Amino acid sequence: MTAAVEFRAVSRHFGSVKAVDGVDLTIAEGAFFAMLGPSGSGKTTCLRLISGFEQPSSGQIRIFGEDVSATPPHLRNVNTVFQDYALFPHMNVRDNVAYGLMVKGMARAARYAKADAMLALVKLDAYGSRKPGQLSGGQRQRVALARALVNEPRVLLLDEPLGALDLKLREAMQDELKSLQRRLGITFVFVTHDQGEALSMADSLAVFNEGRIAQIGTPAQVYAHPRTRFVADFVGSSNVLPPALTRSLGGPAKWSSLRPEALHPDPQGRLTGTVTSLRYLGAGNRVTLSAQGQDIAVLLPTGTEAPKPGQSLTLTFDPSALHVMDDA
Amino acid sequence: MTSAVIPARGLADRLTTLFWRHPKLLLLLLIIPPLVWLGVIYLGSLAALLLQSFFSIDDFSGLLVPTFTLKTYAELLSPANFAVIARTVLMATAVTIASTVLAFPIAYFAARYARGRWKAAFYLGIMLPLWSSYLVKVYAWKLILAKEGIVTWAATATHTDWLLNAALSLPYVGGNSLSTSFLGTFVVFCYVWLPYMILPMQASLERVPTSMLEASADLGATARQTFWTVTLPLALPGVIAGSIFTFSLTLGDYIIPQIIGTSAAFIGMSVYQLQGTAGNIPLAAAFAVVPILIMLAYLTLAKRAGAFDAL
Repeated sequence: MTAAVEFRAVSRHFGSVKAVDGVDLTIAEGAFFAMLGPSGSGKTTCLRLISGFEQPSSGQIRIFGEDVSATPPHLRNVNTVFQDYALFPHMNVRDNVAYGLMVKGMARAARYAKADAMLALVKLDAYGSRKPGQLSGGQRQRVALARALVNEPRVLLLDEPLGALDLKLREAMQDELKSLQRRLGITFVFVTHDQGEALSMADSLAVFNEGRIAQIGTPAQVYAHPRTRFVADFVGSSNVLPPALTRSLGGPAKWSSLRPEALHPDPQGRLTGTVTSLRYLGAGNRVTLSAQGQDIAVLLPTGTEAPKPGQSLTLTFDPSALHVMDDA
Repeated sequence: MTSAVIPARGLADRLTTLFWRHPKLLLLLLIIPPLVWLGVIYLGSLAALLLQSFFSIDDFSGLLVPTFTLKTYAELLSPANFAVIARTVLMATAVTIASTVLAFPIAYFAARYARGRWKAAFYLGIMLPLWSSYLVKVYAWKLILAKEGIVTWAATATHTDWLLNAALSLPYVGGNSLSTSFLGTFVVFCYVWLPYMILPMQASLERVPTSMLEASADLGATARQTFWTVTLPLALPGVIAGSIFTFSLTLGDYIIPQIIGTSAAFIGMSVYQLQGTAGNIPLAAAFAVVPILIMLAYLTLAKRAGAFDAL
């Protein structure tokens, strides 16, 4: 099976800044693929390389096996949901959705029929004649989605599409996007800096750092077996332990990661530290303690007695939870 | 322990407190001087002008007859006066269209691509001509466009004088030389008013987010389709604002057509002559009302065409 998107040693440099630096990447057809990373890590540039708004300084990009080096954005069968939605303010919702069909020369009746069907799919049937300015953030997001999907793209690119929505709406849209992608079978490539979003939605994800891919895998793989300190810290904010501490906890003299939720209070445990701060999260307390000069975060579920700052706390963990990293 | 309230340190603090408690007071104080200026002095004289246009001149004595009549407006429609109006409106239309076409690429470049130093150079380039006297510029153009001027010389030197001669032999707009033809008037108008078109256009183009142009390309539009369906409609308020400047400035100007061109009268020249040498204030006032009516009609049409929807 040909890959939906394939990067071969792709770099994009802006002057001396290596926004994307030698990225190799294969995105399978029909996948829900997330590009995760902090701002400036190169994930958005990678997305723009697929849509054609950036051209690689070197390397090759293939979309369904075809080299797109010489293909401008408007000739790529790829559509984007922009971070700011980029809806045309002077057109109503129906004309916005029908825009892609209009510029391709489809007759008015046919394109309006398709646009209305797509608006029904995103549950905005009644909003066709409104202007984007009259819609809420969540509704605009759906219009942007409909406007992209009506063109039946082979790959749909989403640039932080949920970033501007409030928490409740974001969670609802996450479920909706996921089910939409399953139903349509289109390859989704999703850029986000929110690791929770990436973990919950993606079939597979790439973690970006400083223009390179730090790790590719399924969410479970990346979460459980981070390959580098950066991934361990960025995905799920794990405790990253230096070699000396790893060895004192019974591991080899290498960097390791230990998830906050893997630690439990136990007087017989092998990790003792002083509580320095406490953060109430609703579902539990996130306790930070200082042990052997290292800050260790622990997640204590509600119901367990919360310690006080200055108090000493001894913790235990399942030895298999201590994940030793090959790369530092 | 310091107090939660800092005592007022003088008149400034007391005034600030007063304005803070009565925000409308400050607004009122700020707005009264311009309101007096615009409302009383400007609108007042405009009303006086309107009033004058409904008076007439006694044909024998040449004295003003201060009784209401539409006679003066009827005079506007006499063939000679109507020709002045038609000529001026045609010139203003041509200048506006040409300025739009000339200004767009410049404004587009400045809004989308110019950064830092280039942007400063752009503003300087646009504003610099505005720093020198308008009269100096117009007389400079007279020399440039004269038969012995640099344009004729350059055309001869590059063997394109046939093109210049062809343009000058055109009926109505041509003439003996550029500086004595409507073509020359047109060129100078375009030069003098161009900055007034570029600046509002650039401001409105700058407000069009790049992502919107990218979205258009992403959805399959060619550069041309993007221009006509996204860029231009979104920049239209700026284009209209610029065209109001070029159009109304051309409608009212009385110096350029006097110095460069066939010396056929334009509205501004007619007003100047009628209120001065001819002493026919009512007809001058009636002439002055024409540009106001034309601009009102233009704005109404522009609004109806949706030019301000993107505002």
